[in-house]
Amino acid sequence: MHEIIKTNKTISFMRYRMAAWFMSGLLIVASIVSLSVNQLNWGLDFTGGTVIEVGYETAADLPAVRKTLDANGFGGAVVQNFGTQQDVLIRIEPREGVKAQELGNEILSLLQSESNGQVEMRRIEFVGPQVGDELTEQGGLAMLTALICILIYIALRFEWRLALGAVGALAHDVIITLGLFSVLGLEFDLTVLAALLAVIGYSINDTVVVCDRVRENFRKYHKGTSEETIDGALTDTMSRTVITSLTTILVLVALFFLGGQLIHGFATALLFGVVIGTYSSIYIASSLALALGVSREDLMPPEVEKEGEDLDPLP
Amino acid sequence: MLNKFPLWKNLMVIAILAIAALYALPNIYGEDYAVQISASRNASVTTDTLGRVEQTLEEISITPKGVTLENDQILVRVNSDVEQLQARDALLRELGTDYIVALNLAPATPDWLASIGATPMKLGLDLRGGVHFLMEVDMQEAVRKIQDQMRDTVRAELREERIRSTSIRRQDSDVVVELRTTEDYTAAEQYLDNRYPGYTLIEEEATQTLRLRMTEAKLKETQDYAISQNVTILRNRVNELGVAEPVVQRQGADRIVVQLPGVQDTARAKEILGATATLEFRLVDDENSLRDAEMGRVPFGSELFPNRNGGNTLLREDVILTGDHIVNATSGFDENQRPQVSISLDGAGGDKMSLATRDNVGKPMATLFIEFKATGERDENDRIVFERHAEVINVATIQSRLGSNFRITGISSQQEAQNLALLLRAGALIAPIQIVEERTLGPSLGKENIALGTQAIVWGFVLVVFFMVLYYRKFGLVANLALTANLVLIIGVMSMIPGATLTLPGMAGIVLTVGMAVDANVLIFERIREEIKAKRSPQQAIHHGYDSAFSTIMDANITTLIVAIILFAVGTGPVKGFAVTLAIGIITSMFTAIVGTRAVINAVWGGKRIDKLSV
Repeated sequence: MHEIIKTNKTISFMRYRMAAWFMSGLLIVASIVSLSVNQLNWGLDFTGGTVIEVGYETAADLPAVRKTLDANGFGGAVVQNFGTQQDVLIRIEPREGVKAQELGNEILSLLQSESNGQVEMRRIEFVGPQVGDELTEQGGLAMLTALICILIYIALRFEWRLALGAVGALAHDVIITLGLFSVLGLEFDLTVLAALLAVIGYSINDTVVVCDRVRENFRKYHKGTSEETIDGALTDTMSRTVITSLTTILVLVALFFLGGQLIHGFATALLFGVVIGTYSSIYIASSLALALGVSREDLMPPEVEKEGEDLDPLP
Repeated sequence: MLNKFPLWKNLMVIAILAIAALYALPNIYGEDYAVQISASRNASVTTDTLGRVEQTLEEISITPKGVTLENDQILVRVNSDVEQLQARDALLRELGTDYIVALNLAPATPDWLASIGATPMKLGLDLRGGVHFLMEVDMQEAVRKIQDQMRDTVRAELREERIRSTSIRRQDSDVVVELRTTEDYTAAEQYLDNRYPGYTLIEEEATQTLRLRMTEAKLKETQDYAISQNVTILRNRVNELGVAEPVVQRQGADRIVVQLPGVQDTARAKEILGATATLEFRLVDDENSLRDAEMGRVPFGSELFPNRNGGNTLLREDVILTGDHIVNATSGFDENQRPQVSISLDGAGGDKMSLATRDNVGKPMATLFIEFKATGERDENDRIVFERHAEVINVATIQSRLGSNFRITGISSQQEAQNLALLLRAGALIAPIQIVEERTLGPSLGKENIALGTQAIVWGFVLVVFFMVLYYRKFGLVANLALTANLVLIIGVMSMIPGATLTLPGMAGIVLTVGMAVDANVLIFERIREEIKAKRSPQQAIHHGYDSAFSTIMDANITTLIVAIILFAVGTGPVKGFAVTLAIGIITSMFTAIVGTRAVINAVWGGKRIDKLSV
């Protein structure tokens, strides 16, 4: 039997909680600053506009493509390689005009005529700006609803302090992951939104496992302070937390390297989210609950009056 | 005895896995290249057609893999994409325009599987290639159209009642009636009050004006009707395109999603789908001077329209009939070999036509072609502004009283007659639509996405399997069995649920599930290790390990499931696809990790004396 973490002693996680608070606080502030200064690099799904992905037979000459587009009135277009040298992604801002949705076809035929038809259309997407607006609203709403529902579920199943701790940890994960996307200028599209919601799913899974153990240990051991009990629960679940994170990260790495360009943002968000989520379920969720004053009494099973309990036993 | 499953429990596990495996099976057979033949409206697919198809294939010496006639459709399966194109071209030549011949991919599921309803997973457009449109319906126009009809009704009824009005017109969403005298005002008020359900009468006595205003309920009903009508019509048009497995669905209050797998020619698809054309039949106003009207003095009750010859035609405002009543339209040639469109009307339309033409024999009647085009501009509510283009396509003298079958001549080309017939047949859109989102994916990119996704799943799977064996030894092997079973279950369930579609984010969801699915087993195995450390016997350790991990697993998974359900409810497109696989993955992984592994562990280790566990 081999183990990654071999302990017979309880690790005093909570002793370092001030350091964790400090670090998380710093990261959150940095994220919020970046989100308000740099903002997010919203993808097509949110901004509206046109995206065209074309495949050339040989390595594409990007400056030439830009020149062609400039010459034909598509000045502001973003032209970049996508995955390989042959694949080119062109992004055009939404604009007022009768044929907004026909831009794609127009540009394709333009490129085809420039390079003797050796361009293959791989993908054209056009999204109207107001569809994007609705999406932003919807995405935010989805996340908020998810957080509230989780809050209610954990509050009912466990205790409100743990619920607040868990949801606090989730918000922490979401903000920092968004911050990372903002700092690195990665494109935030619908798949990244899905990934962010998956981070919520993953992180809550982790947190609930810890909460569960905290509750169990409170009920099992009648000695020790709240801090010691939480430390004990964290130590008990440590191996599991690390192993599950590890297997998840393993597959995400596979997805990152093999899943293709379209799924890159998704894999990045999740990879980072899983790491942050694992950390937050250890430090943030439980230390928040501790700070809110969670105690043994709060987690004792509710006294159920059994039928006939107040009767005298039969002789 | 500890750790022994009753027989029924073992059988249940085996049965569930067997069923899932059976329904997952069609996915490995792939697809056949196929040609799909369906009838246009004035033809039908019969066994005769089947014979013609088989003969045509023989003539070009293609031996099909199979030819089947089902649901009024013939499906010809061939061996390669080259043969597919050859077969399509030959069949097009043979069958002509009465039939729609379209390229298709048909699942190559063997008959015995197909007979128990096993079908492969549906693939999303991002994995298959094709076009996706999101369309928005112009609700203002829908309301306007209804109100125009209302105006005509009110005008006709007041005339019948001999109530004389100065003007009856539509103003935004009101019908405004202005009256000359107090007597007429009172009479009209009495007549119109509570006459039309869904309308409230607003009286403005000072100006002797009456307003008929739509109630909120009626407004909503009108909009709902417009959407569902448009969905029906778009579905008809999509069918005319001959696309295999199209999707036409309402989304939200005023949007419609159309997905056309395999379609590459977006220009044509858009032309057919987006065209909002309708016909109106109106009498030509030959009592007033056309020249005066052209100078800007359009007489009251008439409207000026351009015609095909570059000039104008003055038409009466009253509409005899709109395109809504057309039930069929076919193109052909008249006795002078000029293109024509033959039209059949429904009962109500026939009555209207007959009534209007009865009194007007010898007078000219015009066919007005109306099209709505998006201007690309937006109004203050950020709605797209549509422009109405109306053109008189022909004027004919009414020779006799018309019934429900008649024809339009004076069309310039056969192509145009065909297009017009197609549009009329497909029905008139009740309100114009605008494409607000369009996604086209090349088929090669779709294939690439499948390949990459599969690769990621396989490698992720291999890595996890390897790690689990390394870390948990024999118990790790059991967890890996569960993981494999879980994959089969996900695919099986996805194939069984009719609405589930596999998308690229969905594949990512499966990958993620592979990573997370071992969590339940990790929880259990860690507990078992703890129990062993606490010096319990191996059998006790297994028993308590499973027991104490259970509530943790439930809580953890239910919360994740809540997230998945919310994602499904709120999300669209990729988010939804991801949510489906995530939710299915959570449920199946709970089953395999808790019940599945227990069955195996019980079978191998349960009920024996063992000194040491390999965990």
